[in-house]
Amino acid sequence: MNGTIAWITARGLFGRRRFLLLFPLPVLLIGLVLLGRAADVSNADIADVALVGLGFSVVLPIIALVVGAGVLGSEIEDGTAVHILTKPLPRHEIILAKLAVAAGVTTVATAVPMFIAAALTDSVRLAIGVALGTALGAITYSALFLLLSLVSRRPVLIGLGYILIWEDTLVNLISGTRVLSVQQYALAVSDRIAGTDLLTGNVSTPVALVMAAVLTVASTVFAIDRLRSFTLAGETS
Amino acid sequence: MTTIELSNVSRWYGNVVAVNNITMTLGPGVTGLLGPNGAGKTTLLHMMAGFLPPSRGTVTVAGAPAWRNPSVYRILGLVSEREAVHGFLTAWEFVLANAKLHRLPDPEAAARRALSLVEMTEAQDRRIDTYSKGMRQRTRVAAALVHDPQVLVLDEPFNGMDPRQRLQMMDLLHELGAAGRTILFSSHILEEVEQVSGTVQVIVAGRLAASGDYRSIRRLMTHRPHVFSIHSSDDRRLAVALIGQPSVTGVELESTGLTVRAGDYGTFTRALPKIALAEGIRVRRLLPSDESLESVFSYLVAS
Repeated sequence: MNGTIAWITARGLFGRRRFLLLFPLPVLLIGLVLLGRAADVSNADIADVALVGLGFSVVLPIIALVVGAGVLGSEIEDGTAVHILTKPLPRHEIILAKLAVAAGVTTVATAVPMFIAAALTDSVRLAIGVALGTALGAITYSALFLLLSLVSRRPVLIGLGYILIWEDTLVNLISGTRVLSVQQYALAVSDRIAGTDLLTGNVSTPVALVMAAVLTVASTVFAIDRLRSFTLAGETS
Repeated sequence: MTTIELSNVSRWYGNVVAVNNITMTLGPGVTGLLGPNGAGKTTLLHMMAGFLPPSRGTVTVAGAPAWRNPSVYRILGLVSEREAVHGFLTAWEFVLANAKLHRLPDPEAAARRALSLVEMTEAQDRRIDTYSKGMRQRTRVAAALVHDPQVLVLDEPFNGMDPRQRLQMMDLLHELGAAGRTILFSSHILEEVEQVSGTVQVIVAGRLAASGDYRSIRRLMTHRPHVFSIHSSDDRRLAVALIGQPSVTGVELESTGLTVRAGDYGTFTRALPKIALAEGIRVRRLLPSDESLESVFSYLVAS
């Protein structure tokens, strides 16, 4: 991995105001669990509302979107990407460094609060399951949203559309759409590891793992190719 | 010798033709790419720098295609038009990062050399977002020069610079050109091109309108009158003698001297000394008053 690119990417990520968006959601998640505990809500309801309804459906994908679309997308948007692209570096080196930063930051920013929230909800075993499922989701989402920032000038809008329309709505209405939902992979893996009734995975664990791997690799390979053909807009375009 | 070669290059966006069948070879020295806004200069530069594929034709840098070929950046540096830098870094961090990305054997030394070339050593430890426009521009030039490229492509490099910084940048480009680098810069401001480079490529509406030394380009357009301002020991008598010349199309007598319009550059400049000698008039000053790029350019656009 290219350390210099990872360093600039991380500096860029933490230096932008968008980074502050990463904090309120995890705080909200843990707050909601604590509130449920204080109000004597059942573990099943806390898991359903806080861990699944807020954690897997909102916290994980939104943070992954902000980070994943930002690691390269914000540099493309403000034009600083040119400095990295005018180097004799194989394009996979650039994409892999960006992906590593996005996946790393998203995993830390989501798996840690999810672990705490799950531990507060029920048990450490649930917490481990939820954290690992979240990490899998973080990596897959990062690859997906990184690609999105290369194929569209509006990655956040399209990403939000995917999260809100596909994952949070269609998946509940049409069962076939679950196979293409990163959230469902994360849930399935968490469910399998935690081994409780508090979470219900809707796809099988092998399907979740294979699909997550396929999606991650395919997105990355496609992103590398797109970066090779990266164009700067001319004044007439 | 490192050259940029464009062969029958066209680029269109949908129905809009941005660059239309341009063939040119750019060798060592400074070349100015001149044209009004929207002429296709940036499109052309982006194709040379590997950020745009030509719709037709080929673009090569030192014999290798520029498109989808990152290894071209070993010998090419680009200063793009958009004033984009990582504002959260200091100039030192930024230029050093560029040196590391080039995998230079001694990135620190390269960064120091590049920063001193653009005279940014003093301010190098301040964050870039505290810099003036000109300082940012110089920092970007330092980053583009950090690997000592054979070819440097700059898109509107003088934008936002004050006159002193402009002169400094012009000197730097001169030096690099004189040292055998192939330097190409674009501008829509004629005097910039005039001051920095003798060689000009003029782009108008996506086409190469003229190419070569800008004075010879001017001379080629003989159907346009050339204007000279002359001051002599006896302006009135000289005016009478000149108006009798077939190469002269008009003479104005003013208190400061004569303004003479000549239809043919060569004939007039050869005839003038003979006339002055024959009439016993001493010519104190002879200035080709429209020999600026501005006039060359407006002729090209009009024709």
